[in-house]
Order: sequence, then structure tokens, then C-alpha cells
Amino acid sequence: MRVTVDQDKCCGAGNCVLLAPEVFDQREDDAIVVLLDERPAERLHAAVREASDVCPAGAIRLSETS
Amino acid sequence: MTGVPARVLVVGASAAGLATAEALRRKGYQGELTVLGAEQHAPYDRPPLSKQVLAGAWEPERAELRPSAHLSALDAAFILGDPAVGLDPATRTVRTGSGRALRADAVVVATGLRPRTLPGQDGLSGVHVLRTLDDAAALRADLLTASRVVVVGDGVLAAEIAATARRLGPAVTMAGPGPAPLAGRFGPLVSRLLAETHLENGVGLRLGAGVGGLTARHGRVTGVRLDTGEVLPADVVVVAIGCTPATDWLAGSGLRLDDGLVCDAHCRAADGIYAVGDVARWHHPGLDALIRLENRTNATEQAMAVAAAILGDDRPYAPVPYMWSDQFDTKIQVHGLPGPDAEVTIVDGAVADRRFVARYHRDGRVIGVLGWNMPKQVRLRRQEVVDARPDLTPALP
Repeated sequence: MRVTVDQDKCCGAGNCVLLAPEVFDQREDDAIVVLLDERPAERLHAAVREASDVCPAGAIRLSETS
Repeated sequence: MTGVPARVLVVGASAAGLATAEALRRKGYQGELTVLGAEQHAPYDRPPLSKQVLAGAWEPERAELRPSAHLSALDAAFILGDPAVGLDPATRTVRTGSGRALRADAVVVATGLRPRTLPGQDGLSGVHVLRTLDDAAALRADLLTASRVVVVGDGVLAAEIAATARRLGPAVTMAGPGPAPLAGRFGPLVSRLLAETHLENGVGLRLGAGVGGLTARHGRVTGVRLDTGEVLPADVVVVAIGCTPATDWLAGSGLRLDDGLVCDAHCRAADGIYAVGDVARWHHPGLDALIRLENRTNATEQAMAVAAAILGDDRPYAPVPYMWSDQFDTKIQVHGLPGPDAEVTIVDGAVADRRFVARYHRDGRVIGVLGWNMPKQVRLRRQEVVDARPDLTPALP
């Protein structure tokens, strides 16, 4: 799984950080998403998929290949 | 209804409807899935409509929630541009405007809201509401040539539209009954600061007076008439005085309609019938009250709960509400449900610096936290809202 984030779309809700803190963080000043791990370990995949689906801004994209 | 339904029909193709379909698939649902939408557009996001789309920073397509490949991968039939006009709860059959009859084993009502309007508004040019992508395009086109804009309303949407419109150039006035923007929601400290922010950025505030109607000439609006008799001249008027749940198509269905489709703690209105998003008024077990949330995050979070309920999960839906608003350079984020009359303590930052977290208490209990340009800190404080309500079992951790 490969994760990409669109910082321009991100609204800073932080749902992704609540769901997968090992993969996502937020910038200190404006809370825009910071990607910590673009190829997360398999045990995190379910949480990352959920983060992508619940992101209010649709700012998290996943590609499942490799 | 027992067992997993063979066919699920989601009525509404916006954030909540799409998220329900996605959550069903993510949870392994393999049955037939249909999403019915009144608008012609593929599912799109509404929060950017009053901000990036209205400002012109985004092309309208950017508001689309998912790329088309993602929608195809959902393996759901999308029927767009065809509004639901009736529901028979006994057979779970939805009739549509074009004459379709869609029968399912579980129906999810996700029809959202309709903007309230002022008397005499219909058919008058220069008067707008903002709910859809088409509304945003029409309003933007008018704002670009406007000289005097009046935004009627004092809530989140009105304040955001006023801020965006002001940056496009015209003179902008906000008119509404409250003493300051969002006073009815966040109380005096935050709403006064919001008023200051709008004034500093050149928005005129004519608050504290009800709006009686519109003035017009030759079919075009010329102003807004306040209850005091005063008329605020305008060549463009935006009416943002709240919305009503889009449940008119359910009239006669026998379902309980009372400021939304009334549901139990599992977001269930009747056997095999659920509601999600802005239209759903459900029994929040933590608050022990029927509530309805008009916010973007609830659309996805409640969708997860409804998908789980359809698949047999019997946990009630008890979220910690979350909303945000961007106005000028201010980013407000709120967890919980602060009230206008709650006690407020500043727990991070300082009001004078325009960077702070306000904690709202009632009866000694934390009911909400509000961050003003402190988004990360307010998320860290969210736990205090959770801890204050041990009865909560939020879907998000």
C-alpha cells in the first residue's frame, strides 16, 4: 500500500491522526496533514483505509499495488 | 429484518450517502448496492463551496469527493439526477421523479437539507442560497460583478460567505438577529472576536435585528428590509438563514418526521430503514436526547455507524461532534457541543494573540473545546470531552 496526501485539500480535522497516528500527523501551526509513512506496515492498512474513507476533505489517496 | 440484506439502497449521493456505500464495502458487504442522487453531479463535497469554490481558488471539479475510478471500484449502481419522491416502508420501495421504483432490503435516507428562504425570494434575480455546486457557481458569477452584497444570517455559512465575498471585492454586510456571528452557538467571547475579525476585514455588521423581507424592482433585488423598517441596499443578497431537513418526499410514509427523520440510537427509523447525515435526527445515548448534526464530519462518522448497523452491529451511535470553519485567516475547530451559555475557560494560548483553545463547561463538566487558530492543540484536548462522558463510545478513537 502506498499513501499520498493532498495538503491543499486537507481541512485539518485530524481524523486520520486519531485513527492512524503512526502514519499521519498534523503541522503545528495550521494542522495540515503530514505523512509520516507512505508505505505503512500491513497491520496498519485497515486503519489507513478507514482514515482515507472518513477524511472529510478526501485528501488521502491510497494505491494498493505493491 | 434479520441477517445481512441482499440489496441496499442509499437515497442521497452526497458525503453521507457515499460514505455509507464505502463503509459497507470496506466492512465486506458483497450484496447489491445502489446510490440514488437528486443532482446530476458525481458526489462532491460541500464545505469548499462557501470557501475555495466560491473564492475561485478551486475549479468546481476539485470539490468532487472521489475520482471516477474510485467510484467504479465501489461496485455500486449510481443513479444520478433522479430525486426520490416517495418511500413505502413496508416493502422498502423508493419511487423516483423519473418513475423508477427501486426496491431494497435496507434503505438508507441521506437526502440532506434544503436551505430556508425568505418570503418573496423565489424568482427574484440577484438573490441566492448556497447549498449545491450549481448554487456556488451562480453566486460566484453574481459576486464578481456585485457592488453591494448583503448576507442574511448570522451562522457558520453566513459568516463564511461574508468572508469569501468580501475578498472578491464588493462591499459586504451581514444582517441577522443575533448580537454577533455565531453567538447562538459559541457564546459571547468567541462571537465577539468573530465580529471583530469581520469588521477588521471590512465586512459591515448589521446584527441584532430580524430580517423582514426583500425589496425589489423589475424582478431584481434592491435590498433587504429589516424588522426595524430599515432597508439595506444591495444588488446581490445571499440568504443563509439555516436549512430544513429534506424529508418532504417522506410525507405520508408513516415514518416519524420531526426536524429530520427520527431514528433510534442505531440510526434506524423503522425495520430496514436508516438515516444518515444532516437529515438524521437520532437518539444520542450519551446525551439522552434526539439530536441532528449539520456538519461534515458527522456525515462520514454516522455513515460508518449506519453501515455497521446494517451489517448487524448493535452498538449505538454516540459520537463526539466535530466541526470547523474558516473565515478570513481564522481557523476554528470544535469538538463536542459548546453552548452559548456555558462557562468558558481559556486553556491554551491567549485571546489577545488570536491563538487559543477555549474549554466549555456546564455543571462542572467539559462539554466542548474550541480552537481558534490552534487546530493541533484542540485535537489534543478532544480527549477531555470524551473523558467527561464515560458513557460515550465514539466511532473514532
